[in-house]
Amino acid sequence: MKIRYLLTATIVLSIVSLFIGVADIKPSDLLDFHSEETRLFLISRVPRLVAILLAGAGMSIAGLIMQSLSRNKFVSPTTAGTLDATRLGVLISMMFFTNVTYFQKISFAFIFALAGTLLFMQILNRIKFKDAIFIPLIGLMYGNILSSVTTFFAYKANIIQNISAWLQGDFSLIMKGRYELLYISVPVLILAYIYANRFTVAGMGEDFAKNLGLSYKFVMNFGLVLVALISTTVVLTVGLIPFLGLIIPNIISLFKGDNLAKTLPHTALLGMSFLLFCDILGRVLIFPYEIPISMTVGVIGSAIFLFMLFRGRAYA
Amino acid sequence: MIQVKEITKFFGKKPVVQDVSVDIASGKITSFIGPNGAGKSTLLSMVSRLLNADTGEVLLDKADVRRWKSDDFAKRVSILKQSNFMNVRLTIRELVSFGRFPYSKGNLKPEDEEKVDEAILYMNLQEIQHNYLDELSGGQRQRAFIAMVIAQDTEYILLDEPLNNLDMKHSVQIMKILRKLVDELGKTVVIVLHDINFASVYSDHIVALKDGRVVRNGPTNDIINSHALKEIYDMDIPVQEQDGCRICVYFNS
Repeated sequence: MKIRYLLTATIVLSIVSLFIGVADIKPSDLLDFHSEETRLFLISRVPRLVAILLAGAGMSIAGLIMQSLSRNKFVSPTTAGTLDATRLGVLISMMFFTNVTYFQKISFAFIFALAGTLLFMQILNRIKFKDAIFIPLIGLMYGNILSSVTTFFAYKANIIQNISAWLQGDFSLIMKGRYELLYISVPVLILAYIYANRFTVAGMGEDFAKNLGLSYKFVMNFGLVLVALISTTVVLTVGLIPFLGLIIPNIISLFKGDNLAKTLPHTALLGMSFLLFCDILGRVLIFPYEIPISMTVGVIGSAIFLFMLFRGRAYA
Repeated sequence: MIQVKEITKFFGKKPVVQDVSVDIASGKITSFIGPNGAGKSTLLSMVSRLLNADTGEVLLDKADVRRWKSDDFAKRVSILKQSNFMNVRLTIRELVSFGRFPYSKGNLKPEDEEKVDEAILYMNLQEIQHNYLDELSGGQRQRAFIAMVIAQDTEYILLDEPLNNLDMKHSVQIMKILRKLVDELGKTVVIVLHDINFASVYSDHIVALKDGRVVRNGPTNDIINSHALKEIYDMDIPVQEQDGCRICVYFNS
C-alpha cells in the first residue's frame, strides 16, 4: 500500500469524477471561461468533488481516531451511535426552534454527536466482556435506540420527511453554497495529524499512556471532539455514509500497522479514492439517474466488512 | 529516592494496602513478594501514580508524586504492567520509539533515535526490530516492552510480574537483563515477583507483603530463611544453599 499509488488513484478518480455527468463537459470547454459548461463545472462538479474528498478523508480519519481511542477495531461513527446522535441533534434543533438557523442546527448536531459518543465510551468502560465483535454490536443497538427516538419524535412532529433526508448520504444535491461547511474538516484533519502520536499512545491503554506522561483524559476528549466535528459536518452536508470509517482504517492497519502518524495520510487517501469510486459507480450504473452514495458504499462496504469479520479475527 | 509513607488503599470497603511505609533503595533491585491478594501490584501502581492512594503519600525526591508534572515524572519513573496485551499493531522499533515520548512528543530528534538504537541493541532485538508485535513470541514481546522502558531512560524502572507467561529460559534472560540494568547503568528496579526463587537469586532487597501490610522488609538474605517465609506464606519452606544462591524448596511443604 504505497502512498504514491493511493495518490495516483485519488487523482485519476478525481479527474474522472469531474467529467462524468448528464451534461457533457469536455476539458476543452473549460478554456472558455464564460461558457455554460464552465459555469456548471464550477457550480456543481468541483463542489461535488471537493465534498467527496473531504467527506471521504474525514469519515475515515474519524473512524481511525475512534478505533485507536476505544482500542477496538470495529468501533466507528457508524458502530458507536455517533451518526445517529448527530441526527437526533438535528431533529431536536428543528423541533425547538421554529425558524432554525444553520448555526443552531450545527451546534445542536455537534453537541449531540459529542454527547452520544461520550456516552458510548462510558458504556464501553463499564463492560467487562470486551470481545472485539461484541462491542460494535452494542454500539449498533445503541445507535438504533437513538435512531428510534429520533423517528418517534419526528413522526409526532410531522417532520419525518425532513429527517429522512439525513438518513441517506447523497452527493447529487451538493453544489456551490451547500457544502462549504465541510471545510471545517480541513483544520480538524490537520489537528488530527498533529495529535497523531498522542492518539497512538492513548491507544496503547491508560496505563501505558500514563507511564509515558500523556494526559490521557484530555487526549481522549480532544479526539472525540474531532470525531464529533467531522461527523456533524458530513451528516449535515452529505448525509450518512455508512461503513467508511470502519473499513478504510482497518484495511490500512492490515498493511501499515497502527502508528497513526504513519498511517493517517494513507487512511485519508484510501478513504477519498474509495468514496470517489463508489460515487462514480453510483453515477454510471443507471445513467442518467443516480444511486445515492450511501447505497453504493453500503453494499460494497458491508461486503468488505463481512470479509474482514471472517478472516479478520486473527488481527482484530 | 522514592519513599512510601503510610499509604492505604481501599477497593470498595476492602482495604488492599494498609499503612504501608517503604523506602526504595537507589541502585538496587527491590522485589515485592507475597501471596496472591497481598497488595503488591496495587502498591506498585500507587508508587507509579497509576493509582492514587486514599491516605498517605509517595515521595519522589521528597515531593509527592501527585504533584509532579506528567512529563517530568515520566522521565524519572517508568512502569510496565502485568499484562502486555496490546492490540495496537506497531513494530518493535515504533514501540521503542514511543519510549521517547516524554522527551520528544513523538517527533524524534537524532539523540532520541540514538537512545532507541541503544535500547534495541541492549535487548538484542536489532534483527527483528521491524517485525510487528503481534508476530512475536511472548518472550520477544516482553523484551520489546523492556526495550521501550530502557529508551524511556528513567532512573526508576517498575515492573509488575514481568515473568508472567514466560518459560524458564526467557525468565532467566529477563532477570539477567534487569540485573545488568542495575549493575551497569545504575538504574533502580522495583519488581513484583511471584517466584520466590527469582526474588532470592536476583534481588538485593525484598519487601514481603501479606493482607495489604508489610510483614518483612530487608536485604534478601534476611528474608530468605525458613522462619521469615513461614511468616509470609504460612508454609514450612526449607531453604537450601546452591552455588551461593538460596533456593526455597516449597514444592512439597
